[in-house]
Amino acid sequence: MKVAVGQIDCRGQSKPSIGTKIRNPQSAMEMDLYRLTIHEAHDLLTRGEVTSVELTSAVFDRIGQVEDRTGAYIMLVKDRAMAEAEAADEVIRQGTGGPLTGVPLAIKDILCTEGIRTTCGSKILENFIPPYSSTVVNKLKKAYAVIVGKTNMDEFAMGSSTEHSAFMVTRNPWDLTRIPGGSSGGSAASVAADECIGAIGTDTGGSIRQPASHCGVVGLKPTYGRVSRFGLVAFASSLDQIGPITKDVTDCAILMNEICGYDPNDSTSVPREVPDYTGALQAGLKGLVVGIPREYFAGGLDEDVAQAVNAAIKVIEELGATSKSVSLPHTEYAVAVYYLIAPAEASSNLARYDGVRYGFRDKEAEELIQMYRDTRSKGFGSEVQRRIIIGTYALSAGYYDAYYGKASRVRTLIMQDFNQAFETCDVLVAPVAPTPAFRLGEKLDDPLAMYLSDIFTLPASLAGIAGISVPCGFSKDGLPIGLQILSKHFDEEKLIRVAYNFEQATDFHTKRAKL
Amino acid sequence: MKITREEVVHVAKLARLNLDEEAIELYTKQLGDILTHMDTLNRVDTRDVPPTSHAIFINNAFREDEVKASVSVERALANAPQSEDGSFVVPKVIG
Repeated sequence: MKVAVGQIDCRGQSKPSIGTKIRNPQSAMEMDLYRLTIHEAHDLLTRGEVTSVELTSAVFDRIGQVEDRTGAYIMLVKDRAMAEAEAADEVIRQGTGGPLTGVPLAIKDILCTEGIRTTCGSKILENFIPPYSSTVVNKLKKAYAVIVGKTNMDEFAMGSSTEHSAFMVTRNPWDLTRIPGGSSGGSAASVAADECIGAIGTDTGGSIRQPASHCGVVGLKPTYGRVSRFGLVAFASSLDQIGPITKDVTDCAILMNEICGYDPNDSTSVPREVPDYTGALQAGLKGLVVGIPREYFAGGLDEDVAQAVNAAIKVIEELGATSKSVSLPHTEYAVAVYYLIAPAEASSNLARYDGVRYGFRDKEAEELIQMYRDTRSKGFGSEVQRRIIIGTYALSAGYYDAYYGKASRVRTLIMQDFNQAFETCDVLVAPVAPTPAFRLGEKLDDPLAMYLSDIFTLPASLAGIAGISVPCGFSKDGLPIGLQILSKHFDEEKLIRVAYNFEQATDFHTKRAKL
Repeated sequence: MKITREEVVHVAKLARLNLDEEAIELYTKQLGDILTHMDTLNRVDTRDVPPTSHAIFINNAFREDEVKASVSVERALANAPQSEDGSFVVPKVIG
């Protein structure tokens, strides 16, 4: 019976204006399958009201309807996904499933997936098929999650708009003329457009939080070392971190439970017990002290963003928290520090792409060094080359102390700012980005302007602390705005608690882009 | 100019990148703008501040040196642009 209803589903409508008019009330549930959150899907799956095969089919139907407009995925793996869904259904029938069993997820194309192309949004890895999976992907597989596909991203995660992908443009589901944010723009757009039930992204300088904010979904960057980076294609190793992008905070906690933890394959992952993050989904913020960093509300902040964030702070106060003004005096230097340190690390990490062991090779060169140069120049896009040059310059003889060395010292001061603030505050709340999503192409010719738009996400990345973006309003143009909540190292439970209480007190997370 | 055309060419060479005339001109200008912004760091007194290269305190991670199964030669070579007899093939190194 469920299958039959499912078949009527969207095919009955020639031009699917999804979610606006559902004529047949019986089909309402099936129509909405792709709209489910992870926890809703889990409930229906375990109760036997829906199968993973049905849910996965519904997600692929949805992708068929909207993907040509959003461009969220570099690659779909439907046959594999359907096989995984069948296997998951068997696990559920046996009663041994977990919270992710049978749930269709999207993975940013920077995480190695054994046997599935992993491009990193780059021509240089266009045909790379990893011989192993990243630890996070293995954990998801072990949980019998269904992998739908690999999402679009800025090449090597270098960008704030996903416009630097070598393959395609991803559009913001809320306004197709605007960027989805970046670099995890594909993951955020896929969640916002209901082209998956949840997604995995990565954050080096804001690449989970900013696209989540721009797409009206939840995104969490865990503490550096909380999640294994094994099998994550390296951009800036002292900053990269994997995290969830989801439709609500509960889902975020569920995914955190699955992906966190020490991994012997990543010696920078921290051997520290992983709490049950769903335990933080509890009512009330009484006794909590919330810091409001002055520097995040200074000039240049968009009026709509300021209004939404200030209103959110009021809600948090009404929920029982006390707020206080704090200062993070070195905030203004974060862009300079980050855009020296991250490119420096990248220039070193990306030295491995030389056309020898894997990836693209320019076959015309007759001599080795020329082969390296031709391969890299033709394989890397312009933003990646720009950052390699900045990074190489910052590390080169004569400039190391003035640039990389100086940046590393100011990084210490940025960390000290946070340490001091967390002496008296449980969490900090601030905007995620100075403006809502900007227009496609708007900052493409001005790299510095693009970099400056990262100002509010970079400091937390440099300090290695955890941060979440949770929907907190809309601009006058109907663009989503996110609230950023930051905690000290390994205090993700507090982020989840504050975000969850805020979410439950508001209805922003229930709004969906009209596609 | 914060960075000269010659410096861009030199750094590109170090990074094993070819830049055409157009790219050299563009990067010289853009990197100049970016490095000018980086100069804001000179306003910060860092004389007694130690550098940070890693945000989390961790000690060296030691482990036993055990022999374990690894990726097979065939799989390791599967993505190679050119391979032969269990090796990666590259253009000649010495003339």
